[in-house]
Amino acid sequence: MLRYLGRRASYSLISIIGLVTLVFFLTRLTGDPSALYLPLDASADARAQFARLNGLDQPAIVQFFTYLGNLAQLDFGQSLRQNRSAMEVALEAFPETLKLAFLAIALATSLAIVVGSLAAARPGSLFDRIASLVSLAGASAPDFWIAIVGILLFAVGFGWLPTSGTGSAAHWVLPIFVLTLRPFGLLVQVVRGTMLSALSAAYIKTARAKGMPRREIIFGHALRNSLLPIVTVAGDLATGLVNGAVVVESIFGWPGIGKLMIDSIIQRDFAVVQSTILVTAVAIFLLNIAIDLLYAFLDPRIRY
Amino acid sequence: MTLLSAPVAAISPRMPLLSYLWRDKMAFASALFLVLLLLLVLFGPLLVGDAAARLGLRQRNLAPFTFNGGFLYVLGADTLGRPILARLIVGAQNTIFIAAAAVFSSMLVGGALGLVAGYSERWYSHVIQRFADVIMSFPSLLLALIVLYTLGPSMTNLVIVLAITRLPIYLRTARAEVLELRERMFVSAARSMGASPMRIVFRHIAPLVLPTLVTISAIDFATVILAESALSFLGLGIQPPDFTWGAMVANGRGYLQTAWWIAFWPGLAIMLTTLSLNILSNWARTVADPQQRWRLQALRKAAR
Repeated sequence: MLRYLGRRASYSLISIIGLVTLVFFLTRLTGDPSALYLPLDASADARAQFARLNGLDQPAIVQFFTYLGNLAQLDFGQSLRQNRSAMEVALEAFPETLKLAFLAIALATSLAIVVGSLAAARPGSLFDRIASLVSLAGASAPDFWIAIVGILLFAVGFGWLPTSGTGSAAHWVLPIFVLTLRPFGLLVQVVRGTMLSALSAAYIKTARAKGMPRREIIFGHALRNSLLPIVTVAGDLATGLVNGAVVVESIFGWPGIGKLMIDSIIQRDFAVVQSTILVTAVAIFLLNIAIDLLYAFLDPRIRY
Repeated sequence: MTLLSAPVAAISPRMPLLSYLWRDKMAFASALFLVLLLLLVLFGPLLVGDAAARLGLRQRNLAPFTFNGGFLYVLGADTLGRPILARLIVGAQNTIFIAAAAVFSSMLVGGALGLVAGYSERWYSHVIQRFADVIMSFPSLLLALIVLYTLGPSMTNLVIVLAITRLPIYLRTARAEVLELRERMFVSAARSMGASPMRIVFRHIAPLVLPTLVTISAIDFATVILAESALSFLGLGIQPPDFTWGAMVANGRGYLQTAWWIAFWPGLAIMLTTLSLNILSNWARTVADPQQRWRLQALRKAAR
């Protein structure tokens, strides 16, 4: 178990270091931030001083090793835009995204399990066909467009919900709905597929022959055995949810990590970009570990 | 199983595929839509000419379904009085072209790397796999954002970025297939006859891997269209005067209260395209799987 975790951690460390290196040099390619942060008529002296203060006068490779050295001391650099620790900025935005993502994936998974199981219980029925169509539509919908149509209908049209921002519970409805839609659509298909094959297994026939109630067969026997693939896909979708969060947060003005990311890239706030990447990568790493542990819990045959 | 004994309707022996397609009305409609779209992409720009770029002061924000502006203005006009229908057609060409180019290059490069990684056990095989891990371990949209912002948004860069984010899927599939194929008799035969590894991989193994990759690419097409639209929506896709559907939605975002149709139609076009692709690939999967094909044969009688 510990050995497994160690190997897993070392692989992820390689990935994270690769990512940090890549992002470091890519962001340095975007140009000199002094043009954005100093007034247009700033003297060459002022620019040079700005560059020296922020370590931007060094060659990129020297900057990189300084950065790595600072990382080892848990110093993640200063945000140019907000003039405080970049990690602080990232960690402030992160919980906002986490709340959104957690609610969305929990909602998507539980709804998908119910809908997918019921669809698989009666393949070819009207419910099955409607569920298939709705889930396909959900999986194919461009999230930014759904967000806009949602604003159009419920905020502009009926005036029930706010267009953007945070605060009341009403602010949560549209972002959560938009974020839930695609994972829900994809998961329904996975649940339906695995449940279909589980329901035609021999032990289901046995259970039916014993006269077990239908609900117990579906949710007790078949679902219990199709949980693994569902968890795998749900985990992948949770990682992908960050993609959706970027779009949704920028449309709804949600102060999460996705919006922070876009803003920092555009403002060339390198340290914050790096920190958001690091936070996201570590979160995804922890998520993957959690999913692995969940496997072992769900299927006692799996040992690490 | 009662469903298994459902009477099998006669399937025309000459055109089994078309017959299956006709049987599933949703799949048939999707195929029809995609064929129409393809025709529009190929010949549409010839039909509308320069109408997509023609400004019309009198048509500014013309509402849809008013026929006084002429046929091209059926779906309304944008803030500069350009007919939305004509812009949809020109946008379709860009959208489809970018997605096709990205999917094709991703399949080619990912497939080739996967072939090498699967056949060889040298150090570069491990490098290739770790490379795929790095891409997979991080939300694709975030990476795409950074890369596009660095390199500057353009059609070529967009295609490259989209291709890279989809690379691991082809790479991993190809590798998994090769791992199995390289143990087969014909490979050992070729090897014992003195064929070079390059020849074995690209002459003997590649043709057997290709069909799987093509199947995946068909499913992947919808994903790439969605990713491209999201990037274009965030303003990092191709730049004006060129545009795709995603960029059209972004243009209309500011006018939701006054002219909803500017953002609505292009989003609907994206949705219909990806939905059709998904429905059709679902259908193809059912047809290709002998264990599932009876579902289509029994489709008409299946309403229970």
